[in-house]
Amino acid sequence: MRVEIDAGSCHGHQMCAIAAPEIFGSDEYGNAVLLIEDDLPAELESKARRAENNCPERAISIIDEASKG
Amino acid sequence: MTTIDPLTDYDIFDAEFVLDPFPVMDAIRESECPIAHTERWGGSWLPTRYEDIVAMAQEHDLFTSRSIIVTPPPPVQFEGPYAGVAAPPISSDPPEHHWHRRLILPFFAPQAVAKYEDGTRDLCNQLIDGFIDGGKADAAADYAQQIPVRVIATMLGVPTDMSDEFTSWVRGVLEVGLTDPKVRLESRMKILDYFRAQIDDRKANPRDDDMITTLLNSEVDGQKVPENYVHGVCNLMLIAGVDTTWSSIGASLWHLAQHPEHRAQLRDDPDLWPMAIEELLRAYAPVTMARQVDRDTEFQGCPMHAGDRILMAFPAANRDPRQFENPDEVILDREHNRHVAFGAGIHRCAGSNLARLELRVALQTWLARIPEFQLVDPATVTWAGGQVRGPRKCAVAF
Repeated sequence: MRVEIDAGSCHGHQMCAIAAPEIFGSDEYGNAVLLIEDDLPAELESKARRAENNCPERAISIIDEASKG
Repeated sequence: MTTIDPLTDYDIFDAEFVLDPFPVMDAIRESECPIAHTERWGGSWLPTRYEDIVAMAQEHDLFTSRSIIVTPPPPVQFEGPYAGVAAPPISSDPPEHHWHRRLILPFFAPQAVAKYEDGTRDLCNQLIDGFIDGGKADAAADYAQQIPVRVIATMLGVPTDMSDEFTSWVRGVLEVGLTDPKVRLESRMKILDYFRAQIDDRKANPRDDDMITTLLNSEVDGQKVPENYVHGVCNLMLIAGVDTTWSSIGASLWHLAQHPEHRAQLRDDPDLWPMAIEELLRAYAPVTMARQVDRDTEFQGCPMHAGDRILMAFPAANRDPRQFENPDEVILDREHNRHVAFGAGIHRCAGSNLARLELRVALQTWLARIPEFQLVDPATVTWAGGQVRGPRKCAVAF
């Protein structure tokens, strides 16, 4: 599993970084940056989902290769 | 009190609504017409569903920020030496909004506001020192109200011993001023006079690591930014950064005073704090912004006309059961929480990271020193309402 941020939709709520500080950080303007661009370690997958579920702009996507089968 | 139909005649300044707006918001949201309208106070629309409010926030070209206060401004606000001073970027629309916002965002990024944490904790501890031996305090007036104004003063490089004056000016604009144009104008002039002098001081005596100096020296497209912009940002810092966060701290303490199980949960699981802060922000979102319709349009079947005002009822959005399970219940570890206490779209509260920090430090410091406390008498708690909602008197004993 990996995550993507739609930079055009992000307005810097920072709720992803609150839900998953290991995966999301902030640029100098407070907009989200991705700290892990590769596949996430399994122990961070639930946090990634939480981040997706806490973004008011729906700017986060979860790419789950495994589930595509 | 006469019974009023919330769908066609709501009144956000009505005493009952101020005390508890949620029954009215729920009634509107669950009706056939979830976007209500009133002729009161110059007229406004009140959307109550999460989906509608977020959609309107994102359609900033149609729902503009020309008027962010729901009642019409005093006519003379647009005259005189400060006629061009607004509150950028909250009062700005694209394209200017982009640079209005971009210049101030670096002051408010999480890594930038972190430097205020220690000072905020010291301030909270000093306030508690002042009343802890007495076994009682007003959690709103003696504590919550005292914190954000000093943090904002520190950020702006102005004396924190002016805090009472700043507080009274902000209340003059946002509490009394919403329904009293004379007070609103007088308070606005006091704020703008004060910061005009601060700007002149920084021009004569530039300071290092100072927000006003930095903004005065900022350039956009090779030109120094207009002083009206810097003046407006100072105005914004005060009117947007003080009683909003103070309301949020007060409402959260009011909640915790009545919920020993939540106090215990936070004590037993400190990792819960970041999520708990978001949940308290959701449940007790203090701010309702206004927008102004750009051109005649129909939104969800409502015929809206150019110039109509809209109340962006973020507190109503945050209690929409379509978006939040058990929305009236505070669930500190809520998993799905796309709350919009700070708005949505391009006007997301620029100070949100600072507000969160202040709320967390204020609550952590209080609970560390006063782990058990309760309301003296729920009936004596008073609330401010309108566009910023929070307790103004909240006596607690411990």
